[in-house]
Amino acid sequence: MTDKTTITLTINGRKHTIAVEPRRTLVDAIREDCGQTGTHIGCEHGVCGACTVIVNGEPVRSCLMFAVQADGKEIRTIEGLANGEVLHPMQQAFMDNHGLQCGFCTPGFLMLAVGVLEREPDISDDDLLDVLSSNLCRCTGYQNIIKSVRQAAVEMRK
Amino acid sequence: MRVVRSPVAHGRLVSIDASAALALPGVHAVWTFADVAHIPPIPFRLTGLKALEPYRQFALAKDFVRYVGEPVAVVFAANPYAAEDAADLVELDIAPLDSIIHAVDEPGVFGEGLSTEPDIVRKGYGDVDAAFAAAHATVTLELSVGRHTGVPLETRGAIARYDEARDVLEMHGAAKVPWWNRDTIARLLGRERQSLQFYERHVGGGFGIRGEIYPEDVLVCAAALHFRTPIKWIEDRREHLIAANHSRQQTHRIRAAIDDAGRILAIDNEFFHDNGAYMRTHAATVPDLAAAMLPGPYRVPAYRAVGHIRLTNKTPCGTYRAPGRYESTFVRERLLDAIAAKVGVDGVEIRRRNLLPTSAMPYALNLDTLGTHIVYDSGNYALLLDKMLERADWPTLQAELKVRRAQGELVGCGVAMFVEKSGLGPFDTVRVSVKPDGKVEVVTGVASIGQGVETAMAQIAADELGVDYTGIAVIHGQTDRIDQGAGAFASRVTVMCGEATRLAAAGLRGKILQVAAELMQCSADALEIVNGDIRPVAGGRGPSMTLVELASVRSDELSVEDTFESRHMVYPYGVHVAAVRVDPETAGVTIERYAIGYDVGKAVNPKMVEAQIAGGFAQGLGGALLEEFIYDEAGEPLSVTFADYLMPTSREVPEFSVLVTEDAPSPLNPMGLKGAGEGGTNPVGAAIAAAIDDALGRPGAVTELPVTPQRLRAILATKPS
Repeated sequence: MTDKTTITLTINGRKHTIAVEPRRTLVDAIREDCGQTGTHIGCEHGVCGACTVIVNGEPVRSCLMFAVQADGKEIRTIEGLANGEVLHPMQQAFMDNHGLQCGFCTPGFLMLAVGVLEREPDISDDDLLDVLSSNLCRCTGYQNIIKSVRQAAVEMRK
Repeated sequence: MRVVRSPVAHGRLVSIDASAALALPGVHAVWTFADVAHIPPIPFRLTGLKALEPYRQFALAKDFVRYVGEPVAVVFAANPYAAEDAADLVELDIAPLDSIIHAVDEPGVFGEGLSTEPDIVRKGYGDVDAAFAAAHATVTLELSVGRHTGVPLETRGAIARYDEARDVLEMHGAAKVPWWNRDTIARLLGRERQSLQFYERHVGGGFGIRGEIYPEDVLVCAAALHFRTPIKWIEDRREHLIAANHSRQQTHRIRAAIDDAGRILAIDNEFFHDNGAYMRTHAATVPDLAAAMLPGPYRVPAYRAVGHIRLTNKTPCGTYRAPGRYESTFVRERLLDAIAAKVGVDGVEIRRRNLLPTSAMPYALNLDTLGTHIVYDSGNYALLLDKMLERADWPTLQAELKVRRAQGELVGCGVAMFVEKSGLGPFDTVRVSVKPDGKVEVVTGVASIGQGVETAMAQIAADELGVDYTGIAVIHGQTDRIDQGAGAFASRVTVMCGEATRLAAAGLRGKILQVAAELMQCSADALEIVNGDIRPVAGGRGPSMTLVELASVRSDELSVEDTFESRHMVYPYGVHVAAVRVDPETAGVTIERYAIGYDVGKAVNPKMVEAQIAGGFAQGLGGALLEEFIYDEAGEPLSVTFADYLMPTSREVPEFSVLVTEDAPSPLNPMGLKGAGEGGTNPVGAAIAAAIDDALGRPGAVTELPVTPQRLRAILATKPS
C-alpha cells in the first residue's frame, strides 16, 4: 500500500513531478505535495464540493479522485484563476456581491461555477441553480453566491 | 496526530493494545489516559454550576467511554495516512454497558455515584400558581427541538509548536476565545499564561461551536510540549459530526394561563435538556438561556421555568447560533399560536394583544442569565410587526392563500417574533496606533470567524480618525499582541469591541492633533483630520501635514489603548414571516416566501448585517426542516456524513427579503449598537411551523423540529382532532 508511484500533475500550467502512494487523494497531492493550499478539504466524501478543481476542463471533486488518476492531466485550481493582479470575472463578482463570508467554500464554488460556465455559457438560471446546489456553504445562505455567479455569467459571455 | 475514538456509546474501558499500531513505520507514539492523567478535566467557561463539575471531560477517556466518538487514545505519526492506519490498529477492549438515549426518561445512574440529572435550572417571578387558579383558560403543549449544530465547512484543527529557546508554546488554529483558551490550557498544563501564545488564522466558520476548548486542543498542546516537535491535527468530517459540540435537543412541557381575550397571565414551563455525555465549556449555558429568554417580546406577568439538565450517551453539547433561543422561541411562538386558536383570533392579533409596548422600555424581566440582569434596553416591537406585515403584504397574502387552499392546495403562512440578546461584556480593550509608515493598526481582543470584524472595526476607527478605512489593519485573535481579550461569541464583537475601538480611536485622534499642533506651532483645536491630512478646520489658512509625515517623525507617541466595559447586554428584536406549500404526496415543504425584519439599533455596515441575517436564516432553516443527529437505541450515531446529515443547499434556501431597521438604538453605548449575528436563525423553526399548521388548516399540528418529510407524512396520516 505504501509503494510510491511517480506521477506528474500539471497544475495551472506548471508541472509537479511527485511520488505518491496509489491511495493518495488528488486533493492531498495538490495541497501537501504541490503546496497549492487554496483548494480546501471539507468532507472527503464528495458532498460539500470545497475541494472542486477543474481537470481537463471539467469540475471534479478532488477528494474523490486519486492523484494517480490525474497523472498527465491539466488541473486548474483557485491559484490559477486570476490573471496576475487582475481578478477573474467570477472572483470579482464574488467581491462585488459579498458572495463569501468565512471564505472556506469559496475556492470550490469559484472553480465549479467557472468550469460549468466555460462549458455551457448560456446555461439557464434554473440549471445554474442545480449546479450550484452541488456545493455547500454554511455562512451566506447562498443568495449572494447565486447573484455573484449570475453577474459573472453575463461578464464571461462578453 | 490522529484520535482513536470510541466505537461504543457506553462501556467500561478494559484495556488498550497499541502494539500493532506502534509497529507500523512512521508511528512515533500512542497515548492513552495514563499519559495525560496529570492533566485536569476541561473546565467551564460560562454558567459553571458546581453540581456539573463531576461531569467534565478529560482529554482522553478514563475508565469508561460515554459516547461514540469519545477520544480514547491518540496516535502520533509522521504523516496523516500513517496516523490513520495506526489508529485503525489500536485495539480497544470495551465491555459494553446499557446506553441512555432519552433525556425525558426518569433520572437514572450515569457512571459511579452520578445521576443522569446533575442539576435543574430554575427561574421565575410572580405568583404562577395563583395566576393559573384564576385563569379564564389554560393551554398546554409538549414540544421538541431536534439535535443539530453549527457544522462549519472547515473541520476543527490545530498546530502546536514548542519553541525551546523562548520556552513558548504556540498554538495556531485558535478561534472564538483565544485568550481564555490560552490562559486555561496554560493552567491545565501547569505553565505561566505568557508561556503559551495562541494564534487565530483564517477561520472556516464558527457558529458557536468552533474555538471552545475540546480534548483535542489540550492533546495537541500537551504533545508538542512533551515531544518537543510540532504537532498537527485536523479532524475528518465523520469525526467532526460525532465529536464537535452538538446543540439544541430539548423537550418542553409548557402551559399558559390566559384571560378571555387571550392575554397571558402566566407561563409555566418544564423542559428537558439533552446535553450528551459530558458537560463541556458551556456547562449550563444553553438551558439557562432557554429558561431566561423564553418570555420574549410579550408581557408575561408570572413565569416559572424548570429546566432539567440531563446526560445521555451521545456527543456532548454546547452553544450554536441563538443558543437556547432557537429552542425557546419555537416553544413560545407555538404557545402563542395555540392561544390564538383557543380564543379564536389569528396569530397576528394574539401577538398584538400580548406585546410589550414601547412605553415599557427599558423593561426589567426579573430574570438573570450569563451573570447579567435581563433588561430589554429599547424596542418598538409593534412597529416592526407592522412594517413586516406591510412588507409581506399580509392581507393580500392571506387572501391568496385562502383561495389556493379552497382549490385543494396545502399552502399557509405564519409569523414569529422574538427578542435576541447581544453585546455581552464585561469588557473589551483595543489599541489603535499609527505605525511609522503612517498606516493605522487596530489591535483587538476579539476573533474573526468569518463575520467581517476587520471591516466593521476599520470603519469605526476610520470615521473617528478621518482616514480611509481600507488602509487600516485590524488584528484579532493574537494573544501576543494584546494582553487580554474576551473574544467573539454572543453577538458581542461589534457592540463591545466596536465601542472600545471608537474610544481608542477618539483618544488617538486627540493625540495626533496635539503632536501635529506642537510641530506646526498652532492650537490642536484649530486642526482636523480629513482623508489622512491634518489641516486647519473648515478650510482655514495655516500649515498642514499628512498623517504619514507626522508618523515618520513621531509615531512612537501615536498609540492609544482604551477599554469599554458593560454589565448589561443589549437586546435586538425581530419578526419573521413565512409562507409555505406542503406537497401532500411527498410531505416535502417548499418555502414560497420568507421575510425577515431585525432591529439592530444601528448598523455599522448594513450589507454585512444583512449577510449575517441571510446566513443565519439558512442555518435556522436547516434545523427547521432538514438537519438532525439521529441515534439508534444503542447510542450509535446514524448521521455521520453529509449524505445523512442534510444541510440546506442553494436549492433549499429560497429567495427571501431582509429589512434591517434602526428604530430602537441601544441607550447603553454611544453608537446605539446591538449585535446582528443571531436574529436570522432564532425564530425560523417557529415561523415555518406556524406556516405549515396554516397550510394544513390544523393549529398545533407541528410539535417537533425538524419537520422532515417522515414526520410530516405521519401528521398528514392522522386525522385532525
